[in-house]
Amino acid sequence: MLKTISFICNDKEINTDIHPATTVLDFLRKTLFLTGTKEGCREGDCGACTVIVGELSGNELKYKTVNSCLLPIGSVNGKHVVSIEGLNVKGLSPVQLAMVEEGGTQCGFCTPGFIISLSAYFLNNKKYNADEAIESLDGNICRCTGHTAIKRAAVRSVEYFNSQKGKTLVSAGLLPSFFSDIPERLKTLITKIHTNGDGEIINKYQIGGGTDLFVQKWEDIYKSDVNFINSNELDEKIKISGNECMINASATVTDIMNSEIMNIHFPDIKKYFSLFGSLPIRNRATLGGNIVNASPIADMTNFFLALNSKLYIIDGNSMLSMKKSPSAREVLLKDFYLGYKTLDKKPEEIISQLSFRIPSANSYFSFEKVSRRTYLDIASVNSSMSIETENDIITDIHVSAGGVAPIPLYLSKTGNFLLNKNIENKIISEAVRIALSEISPITDARGSVLYKKTLLRQLIFAHFLKLFPLIVKYEELV
Amino acid sequence: MKNYDSEKHVKGESQFVDDLLTPAGLLHIIVFASTVAHAKILKIDYSEALNSIGVAGIITSKDIPGENQIGGIIQDEPLLAEEYVHFIGQPIALVVADTILHAKDASVKIKIEFEKLHVITDPREAFQKGELIMSPRIFASGDVDSTWLKCDYVIEGTAESGGQEHLYLETQGAFAYPLETGGIRIISSTQGPTQVQRASAKVLGLPMNKVEVDVTRIGGGFGGKEDQASTWGCIAALAAWKLNKPVKIILSRQDDMRMTGKRHPYSSDFKIGLSSAGKVLAYEVTFYQNAGASADLSPAVLDRTLFHAVNSYYVPNVKATAISCRTNLPPNTAFRGFGGPQGMFVMEAALYKASEVMGIEYRKLQELNLITEGDTFYYGQTIENSTIQRCWQETNTKYDVDSIQERIEDFNRNNKLFKKGFSLMPVCFGISFTNTFMNQASALVHVYSDGSISVSTGAIEMGQGVNMKIRQTVASVFSVDIELVKIESTNTTRAANTSPTAASAGADMNGKAAEIASNIILEKLLNVAAQKLNVKNNSSITLKDGYVYLNSTPELSWFQLVQAAFQSRTNLSSQAQYAVPGIYFDRTINKGKPFAYYAIGTAIIEVTLDCLRGIYEFDSVKVVHDYGKSFSFVVDRGQTEGAIIQGLGWMTIEEIIYNKDGKLITDALSTYKVPDIHFTPKEIEIEFLENVKNDAGIKGSKAIGEPPLMYGIGAFFAILNAMKAFNPDKEYKLSAPITPEKVLCELYPENVNSLV
Repeated sequence: MLKTISFICNDKEINTDIHPATTVLDFLRKTLFLTGTKEGCREGDCGACTVIVGELSGNELKYKTVNSCLLPIGSVNGKHVVSIEGLNVKGLSPVQLAMVEEGGTQCGFCTPGFIISLSAYFLNNKKYNADEAIESLDGNICRCTGHTAIKRAAVRSVEYFNSQKGKTLVSAGLLPSFFSDIPERLKTLITKIHTNGDGEIINKYQIGGGTDLFVQKWEDIYKSDVNFINSNELDEKIKISGNECMINASATVTDIMNSEIMNIHFPDIKKYFSLFGSLPIRNRATLGGNIVNASPIADMTNFFLALNSKLYIIDGNSMLSMKKSPSAREVLLKDFYLGYKTLDKKPEEIISQLSFRIPSANSYFSFEKVSRRTYLDIASVNSSMSIETENDIITDIHVSAGGVAPIPLYLSKTGNFLLNKNIENKIISEAVRIALSEISPITDARGSVLYKKTLLRQLIFAHFLKLFPLIVKYEELV
Repeated sequence: MKNYDSEKHVKGESQFVDDLLTPAGLLHIIVFASTVAHAKILKIDYSEALNSIGVAGIITSKDIPGENQIGGIIQDEPLLAEEYVHFIGQPIALVVADTILHAKDASVKIKIEFEKLHVITDPREAFQKGELIMSPRIFASGDVDSTWLKCDYVIEGTAESGGQEHLYLETQGAFAYPLETGGIRIISSTQGPTQVQRASAKVLGLPMNKVEVDVTRIGGGFGGKEDQASTWGCIAALAAWKLNKPVKIILSRQDDMRMTGKRHPYSSDFKIGLSSAGKVLAYEVTFYQNAGASADLSPAVLDRTLFHAVNSYYVPNVKATAISCRTNLPPNTAFRGFGGPQGMFVMEAALYKASEVMGIEYRKLQELNLITEGDTFYYGQTIENSTIQRCWQETNTKYDVDSIQERIEDFNRNNKLFKKGFSLMPVCFGISFTNTFMNQASALVHVYSDGSISVSTGAIEMGQGVNMKIRQTVASVFSVDIELVKIESTNTTRAANTSPTAASAGADMNGKAAEIASNIILEKLLNVAAQKLNVKNNSSITLKDGYVYLNSTPELSWFQLVQAAFQSRTNLSSQAQYAVPGIYFDRTINKGKPFAYYAIGTAIIEVTLDCLRGIYEFDSVKVVHDYGKSFSFVVDRGQTEGAIIQGLGWMTIEEIIYNKDGKLITDALSTYKVPDIHFTPKEIEIEFLENVKNDAGIKGSKAIGEPPLMYGIGAFFAILNAMKAFNPDKEYKLSAPITPEKVLCELYPENVNSLV
C-alpha cells in the first residue's frame, strides 16, 4: 500500500500519509479546507465535486475532469489536481464571466463543478465548438437553471476563446500563471516518488478507475489495504495484432472511444460511448473494471460481448514479483460470467487485456441503449449486435443484452438461430421470440419485467432496421 | 442586474453550511432511522453502539428537555420516534461521534426489534380505512348536480400525478452550538428560519429568544426546506444542547432522499360537463392527496390544489373535494407550486379527455374556456387586470401556432417511427400565502456613518435573486450606487416572526418591508438636508445618483448628507413591517380574496417521440409570460427556464417509486433521474409581455418563483398527442410522469401481453 502520496494541488505541492483510499473530495474539503468543491451525491451522478487531474504523458501534460468523490487520493500520486480555487484569477475568468452574465448560476452549489468542467474543455481541446463544449457538461447537474443559461454560457465562452486564437490559456485569462510551471514541477515530483518506491503486494482491493467500487464500497475500502492498478500513459492501450484488436484492461472509456483504431472500425463509437456514464466517469472508468464489476447492465461489456471478445487473465502476484508480464489464461467474455457477480476468476487474478477479431468489410455493428434519461443513466435495457452477411445471408452474428438477466448476457440461442439464415422480417420476429426465451428480467427501479421484454424486442428490431433498412420493414415485424 | 451572489458562486467562494469553519471538538451526527414503514418498537439496545469508538452520545426521545413535537400546522410529528414508527427513514435516535465514520460504525451496532404493522402507501386505501390527516375540504360554487343534465357531454375519468424529489444540490443540514447565555445558535440550511427557531425552542424547552437561527444562503430549496429543514435544525440543536458541544449534521444524499418528504402524489377523479359548443358548464373533482405519515404542510398544499382546481378557466359550477390521506411514507411537503400543479393537471386532463370524446381540438377547448376580466373564481375572487387572454393570444400569434400544427402534421405524415406532438399550457397562479396571516414580512435597515447601508429581512437567498431585488429596491430609495447596499444574512435576532421564503412571495413582501424601512430613513435624511440647505420643507429636495439636489442643483454628496445626519443625532436605522393589504379568506364558507394578484402566462411545448424505443426529446418551449415590470431580465428569465424544466421533469422522467413495504426504490441519483443538460429542450424562447405593471408587487414586478413550473404540464399532453399520432385509436392513461416505460408499454399493449 502507498505510504506517502505526493501531488500538486493547484499551485501547492502536497505530501501526505493519509489512507490512499481517502477520496480527493474529502481531502480537499477536510484537510486542505478548500471548500469550493462540493459534495452533492457521492456517487458521481451530480458533478458538484468535479476536479481536473493533470497527468504527464511524456513531456505533455494532459488534463481530464474527474469526480473527486470517487477518486482515491492514491490515484493522484504524481499528478496535478486542480480545484475551483486553482482556477481563480484576478477578477473573473472568461468562463466565470460568461456564467455570471448569462445567469448560469442561481443557488451556486453546483456552479464550481460547471466552471471546472467548462474550463477543462478549453484546457483539453485545441479547437472549440459549442456542441462539444455543452457535451463536456454532461456530468454536471444543475437543479435551478434547467441548464439553458449554462448552455448559453458555454456558447459564449467558445466564442470568446475562438477570438483569442494564438494566445495561451494563461494570457487569454482562463488559467492563473502557475500553470506554466506545472509540467516541470511534476517531472521533479515523479522522480522523487520513484526513488521512494512503494512496496506492492496484492491487497483486498485492486483499484483501477473505482467509479463503481467507490459508490458501493468506499467505507470498506477505506478500512482495507489497497492497490492501484496504474496504467502508464505512454503505453499503447489499444493496438492491432494480426487480425485482432487488443485493448488493455486499464484503458478508460475515453481512451477507447477516442482511439483511432476503434473509430475506423466503429464509426459510431463516439455516439454509443457518449451514452456511458458522463465525461468525468468515462475519464476514469476502465474496461477491466467494467468487466469484473459484472453488472448486468454494464454498457462496455455489452458492447464487447457482441464482438465475441476474449479476455487475457494473469496472476497478479506473479506479475508483481517478476515485474514482467506473466503468461495469460484466455477466456471468452461470454463464458466469464458464471452467475450474479460470480466470475471465472480467482481473487489474485487480474484481467490484463481484451481482444476481438477486427470486423471484416461486410460486417455491421449496432449498439442500442434505452434508459429513463438518455444520458448519464443506467440502461433499462442495452443490446449490441455484430453481424456479417453475404448476399443477405448471415454468415456470423453475435448478440448481447443487458439488464435482462443476472449477468451481462450473450444471446447464444438467438445468434445460433440467425446464423446462416436469410435476413427476412419473419426470421427477425422469430429471433426476437428466441431472445425473449433466453432472458429472465426482474422488476426494479429501471423498469418492470414487461417493459424490459418489450424493450429488448424493440432494440433488436432497431438493430435490423438501422442496418438493413431496405429489407426490414417495421410493419412486418410486429 | 445579476444575482447578488453570482461572482462568489463562480469562484467557489460562496459558503454553505458544510463549508463553514467549525470549532475544535465538533461532533457529527448519524441519524438512526426506522427500516420498516409501520411498526411498534419492541426493544432497542444501544449498549454496544455506546461503547463504539469515538461515540460521544446517543440521543433518544427520552433526552428531549422540552416537547418531542415539531408539527407545524398539526401537532402530529415527533422529532424522534417513541413507541411507534410510521415510515422508513423516521428518525429514532441520534448517534453523535467525533467523525461521521465513527457515528456510522456505531449506528449499525444498535439492535432494534419491531412488531410490524400494516403498511399503507396508497392514498385511496388510506381514505377507505379512514386514515385522514384532517376532514375533507370542499370548495364549491353553483350547483354541479343540477347542471349535468343540461350538459351535452359529461365525461368522467381518473388522473394520477406522481411525487417529485426536490433534489436541491445542497442536502439538508445544520450546525449548532451552545452559547454562554444559556441559549443556542443554529446555522441552518432552511427557507424558514423562524420555523427552525420555533421548533427548536419547543424541543429544547427554551423561550424563542434563546434560540438564534442564521442563514446566509441555501443551496436550493424548492419548498423542501420550508418546513422540513426544521427536523435537522432541531436535531443539531438537541445534540449540541445535550452534549454541550458544537454539533453538525449534513445528510448524505441517500439519507436525504429516504428521510425527507417530496411533492405530494395525487390520485384524482374528475367529471366534466360541457355544452356542444365546448363551454365547460360544470366540473367536479376529488383529489386524494398522499400526505405521508404526518401532516407537515399537507393541509396548506391541499388548499392551493383547491384554489387552482380549474387553472386559468372559468367554470360556473364547481365542486372540488380534497382529501389528505395518511400513508406510511415520509411526510410529503411543499414543492414549487405547492399543490397548484396537481390541481391544474387534473383540469387539463379533463379537458384533454373531453376533447377526445367531443372531437374538438384540445387547444380550442382551452381557448374557449379561458377566464375573462371581471369573472369570479368559485372561491370568490374576481379576476382583475387579467392578462390571461392577452398571453394566450400573443402566444398564438407570436409563435404562429397554426403553422406549428401544420408543420407537425406534415412531419407525422412523413415519418412512421418518429412522431411529433405539441400542446399549449396556460397558467394562472395566485400570489400570496393562502393562509392570510403569513403574508407579512419585516426589514431592518441601517445607514452607517460612512454612507454604507446594511439590510436585514426575513428573505432567504436560494438562487432566486431575492437579495438582488431587495438590494436594488433599497439602492433606488436612496438613489445611491448599489455597491453601497449590503444584504445581511437572514437572522432571527434581526428579523423576527418571519414567514418562510416561499409561495413566490419572498421578494414582494420582504422587498416592500425594506422599502418602507428605507423610506422612513429617507424622510429623516431629507429633513436633515432641508435644515442644512436652509429650506423650509423638504419637498424641493431630492436624492439622485448619490447627490442631494435642491431643485435641480446638486448641493451635497450622499456621504455629506449621512455625516450631517449622524452629527445631528438623527436615527439612521429603521425597522418596518409589511402586511399584504386587501386579502382575506373566510374558511367557514371558503370564499374571499386570498391572492394579492395572479401570475399569468402561456406556453407551447413541442416534443419528438421515438415510437420504436419509447423515448422522447423536447424540441422547444415557447412562452409569453406577464412579469409585470420586470426587475431583472436575467433573473426572471432564469427563474422561468429553471421552473419550466423542473416541471418537464415532474411530468416525464422524474419518477418516485416506493415498493409495497414503503421502501423508496429510487433513493439515489442513479435511480432518480432529473433533467440534465441533454434533456433541456433544444430551444427555449421567452417573451416578456409588454406594457404591464403590477402595483401589488415590488416595484411593479410580479412574483416568478413558482408559476412557470406549471408550463411543464403541457409536456404530458404534447407526448400524448405524439402517441396519438402513432396510434390514433388508442385511449391513453392520464398518468404522470409519462416515463419512457409508460410510453412504450402504452404504445404496444397487445404485444406486451403476449410477451410475458
